[in-house]
Amino acid sequence: MAVIRDVIPQLELFQPSSTDDALALLAEHGSDAWVYAGGLDTLDWFKDRVKRPRVVVDLGGIDSMREIRSTSDGIEIGAMATLISVIDNPEVRSQFPALAYSAKSAASPQIRHQGTIGGNIGQDTRCWYYRDGWTCYRAGGNICYASPPTAMNREHCILGASRCVAVNPSDTAPTLVALEAEMVVRRGNSERVVAAEDFFVGPEIDIERMTVLEPGDLLMSIRVPSKWANSRVYFEKVRDRDSWDFPLANVATAIRENGGTIEEARVVVNGVAPTPVRLTAVESAIIGQPRNEQTAEQAGNVSIQGVAPLTHNGYKVNLMKNLVKRSIRDEPLA
Amino acid sequence: MPDYKLIGKNYTTSELRAKVTGRAKYAEDFRAEGMVFLKLLTSPMPHARVRSVDTSAALAMPGVEGILTPDDLAEIEAPNEAGLTYEPLYEGEPVLAVAAVDEPTASAAIEAIEIEWEVLPFALDPLDSLRPDGPNARLDGNTMQDRELATVKWSDREASELDEGRVPTTGLFTDEWVVGDLDTGFAAADLIIDESIYHQSMGHQPLESRSCMAYWQNGKVYVYGSTQSTARTVGIVARWTGVEQENVVLVAEYCGGGFGSKAAGALSMVFPIAMSRKIRKPVMMRISRREENAIGRARPAVQLRAKLGFRSDGRLLAMDLFSVGDGGPYGRSGDFLSLGNIASLIYQPEAIRIRGLNVYTNTPPRAAQRAPGGEQAVSMLAPLMDRAARELGVSPTEMIRINAPSGQAKFGAPGRDGAQGNASSAFVVEALDKGMAEFGWAERSRRSGERRGTKATGIGVALSSFSAGSSGMDGLAVLRPDGMLQLHTGVGNLGTESFSDCARAAAEALDMPWERVELVWGATDRNLPWSAMSVGSQTTHAHTRANWALGLDIRRKLQEIAAGDLGGAPADYDVADERVFRRGSRGQGLSFARAAERAIELGGRYDGHELPEDINGMTVASATALAGRGLLGVAKDNFDTGGRVMSFVVGFAEVEVDVETGAIQMVDYVGAADCGTVVHPRLLGSQIHSGGIQGFGIALSQKWVYDRRWGLAVSKRFYNNRPPGILDVPHERPMGWVTADEPDPFNPLGAKGIGEPAIGAASGAVLCAIADALGGEGQFYRSPVTADMVLTKLEQLPAPHGRLVNHV
Repeated sequence: MAVIRDVIPQLELFQPSSTDDALALLAEHGSDAWVYAGGLDTLDWFKDRVKRPRVVVDLGGIDSMREIRSTSDGIEIGAMATLISVIDNPEVRSQFPALAYSAKSAASPQIRHQGTIGGNIGQDTRCWYYRDGWTCYRAGGNICYASPPTAMNREHCILGASRCVAVNPSDTAPTLVALEAEMVVRRGNSERVVAAEDFFVGPEIDIERMTVLEPGDLLMSIRVPSKWANSRVYFEKVRDRDSWDFPLANVATAIRENGGTIEEARVVVNGVAPTPVRLTAVESAIIGQPRNEQTAEQAGNVSIQGVAPLTHNGYKVNLMKNLVKRSIRDEPLA
Repeated sequence: MPDYKLIGKNYTTSELRAKVTGRAKYAEDFRAEGMVFLKLLTSPMPHARVRSVDTSAALAMPGVEGILTPDDLAEIEAPNEAGLTYEPLYEGEPVLAVAAVDEPTASAAIEAIEIEWEVLPFALDPLDSLRPDGPNARLDGNTMQDRELATVKWSDREASELDEGRVPTTGLFTDEWVVGDLDTGFAAADLIIDESIYHQSMGHQPLESRSCMAYWQNGKVYVYGSTQSTARTVGIVARWTGVEQENVVLVAEYCGGGFGSKAAGALSMVFPIAMSRKIRKPVMMRISRREENAIGRARPAVQLRAKLGFRSDGRLLAMDLFSVGDGGPYGRSGDFLSLGNIASLIYQPEAIRIRGLNVYTNTPPRAAQRAPGGEQAVSMLAPLMDRAARELGVSPTEMIRINAPSGQAKFGAPGRDGAQGNASSAFVVEALDKGMAEFGWAERSRRSGERRGTKATGIGVALSSFSAGSSGMDGLAVLRPDGMLQLHTGVGNLGTESFSDCARAAAEALDMPWERVELVWGATDRNLPWSAMSVGSQTTHAHTRANWALGLDIRRKLQEIAAGDLGGAPADYDVADERVFRRGSRGQGLSFARAAERAIELGGRYDGHELPEDINGMTVASATALAGRGLLGVAKDNFDTGGRVMSFVVGFAEVEVDVETGAIQMVDYVGAADCGTVVHPRLLGSQIHSGGIQGFGIALSQKWVYDRRWGLAVSKRFYNNRPPGILDVPHERPMGWVTADEPDPFNPLGAKGIGEPAIGAASGAVLCAIADALGGEGQFYRSPVTADMVLTKLEQLPAPHGRLVNHV
């Protein structure tokens, strides 16, 4: 069979107008169904004819999933809220500016108007071998094309590899983990709430998935508790160009100080591992320390313990070290 | 500078509204009755041979209209490209084309085709192919030598030099030219720099891909394509299709960019044309971005060794270049050699030699891309000039000044008579001075290398040049009895607006309000004159000349008609305010409308029934079709020439390099141009800046990445081959531009083109600015410079690959 990487193959499209209908469709079609949010991740897959689901459930008509509302303990963001609506939301901007900033760091203005927060955290990896249809582990094969010495792996992982060396590319995910957000997931009539930190799945658990979501599951919303509202939360992303690019690495660090020392901290990096990585060793190292250059330096050094760079991504070690350092040392970016 | 009414003034082109409202029709917007769709089956391997192919299942599918195979196309002599092939030489090369009632059916049919492949050796890197046991990209050789395909291999000793990241000077090079005495130059030099440098390949990436629709009707082929040139595309389409030029109708009103890759159409146009002839239905071929990345042409990589000898004051005494070009799989790219021409022009070395060869690789075909060879010369050599300036204690701007060409400077490879050619004009120092003032060089140079926190400031400057005009084209217009000037042009509308800007020269010559000019362009059944290719920044110079000649022709005819009707000599009459009138007695004259009526009555050469003998056959045919409709103006540009028309841009850049992340941010950019008389200021600014932005991409982000084990590209999408976008431009303030404001003496209006040199000025300036920001650690001898490279160097980490390695 010859290969063509163009034209979306035939599929059955459902456009439910309620979450109940969407869940019913997902239950009915199980692993044959593909959940379509903003389409930015999806359409590449379809147009390249690499992923070929039989059924697509388009959530675009479910207005309730786009809501961003204040709750008794923070805010709840519908999974279908566009990135721009997150960025522009007054509550998000005032209470969680780092979340708005990380959403603004994603993609391009056009994509931020179409792409959703749910899609941004749930998106698949951008490993260029896997995305191009190479039959790697993640695609159900028995090889990783990105890890051999001859492979091109400048943008791949330095942490957490397990056969697959692809990274999670989300910009909002590390911030949500740092903010101790929770993911509200429904499946049929049941609902479960998953800590953002536990939402992402590495290849050692399931090499073909990036999150805990299984067929039939629907990410409904993201709850951001008020615990870190108006706190010092630093986000920074490093990328090759500003027009539209995924992170070479990013960092989100939430710090609470008391009496001149760091009382509580959550330090999360992404773009360096198959999942956003909470650096608990760094957190332990800085708690009780003053937030200063020395502590920041120490945090950077601790952050890179255990890294295993590939042929072309040794620079990520220093990049991650420096991002962690400045996330503690510097004032949050606007 | 004369007080022009139109030249040098901003205006809105007639098609701009259509563009911004979406009404403009590009190739894939056209439809025809019974139209079917074509999709391509392309090679999944870098080099392979089709052992067998079974299309029976595909042909049996409902809705499939036909399959085009290599056997349906004309045979092409190696190393040229046929379009479809059973021995694809790069991933993504078309093998078969399938037509069906819709694209889903055509795509499904392709998946139903059974192909058995024989895998063949491949080469991704010219330097790999030159090694003693290195692979050849083609079965018939890896280069061209004396116009024949040949295989060149270097020795073990030369291979060991490659291992050390140097291009050997002792290897066999197929091409060479020299001017002056190198030995004397190097012997007198106070400083000698000898470095090997890598410049990446990069796709042209026009936003409009090379889609095309075609059908045949009554022996004529109608082609709706995306092409930079209009008049000049007809001949090549005729050659591809084996029909006479008069049986080709090309419709191409709009082109969403080409940058050289659609110079006279694209070879891929032949697929819908041939398929339509085969199945007797209109055929639409929409090219995807992925396909564009493969078949859309690319700038060749160059691996260069440069040895430069300087006097203590910065004067370049000798330049010895050893150049290896990545030729892709077909044709014969000349960038590797032509870069020497530009180097010899912009730096005016007292002695220069270039030796080089073009090596075939199993990567997409190469073509001229905005300042082909010239951009590579600037991007690779400007950082060396900058380093020499630093080592000699000369400021970078003085380095440009002391070596700058001026007037009719000689440059380039010697001709058959042993003499170099010359530029028609060069006002580099004037551009440099104005650019320094606009950029605030004196003030900014005090910030050179300054650190603010983790951010290091760098400023850079680079001089660039390239061709800027041709001559000998035709102008054609009808002054109609309604008083309108119907002006025809075969210049392509590729986004530069020169097709319209140049037409204003004729209106200027007639003192005609622009609102009274009706421009006819974009389809070859609209009686277009012979026009320049819309490449190499030719059209502004060529067609201000041709249209000025046209304006003068109409003016003469008006004067003659008035003198004939009203008495006196033609010279007694002047032209203004849409009238031809007797000098000193404005009431005694004719309106243009009346003069047009009189031209029809007079016939002969006044209304186009007699034509000049020196105009091109295409113009003759068009003028003949227009005869009798008014006062017909037609003229060939016979103005004097004074050498190769070259324009210049001095680029000034400020960057910030974050030493902790390696991120490089553009802070500011100014382009200072020597482009003769400014014809259309707003569009001139857009050319300087758009070329500049492309240059930022060369310096900072755009490249291909290939898996070396499998020979396949992994950077096929915009987001991973990373051409720059509008968010990558400086944010501090709007980018600036200025001009030397010196007319070219060999254009009646003084105009020269500008598109080409704008790119290298920016890439060179940015690379120098990076070097400046990081002091002695800022030279990478490689483009683009990315965050990982900066961090690797600053942290003194082992480099993951050699300096000259291709596609990483």
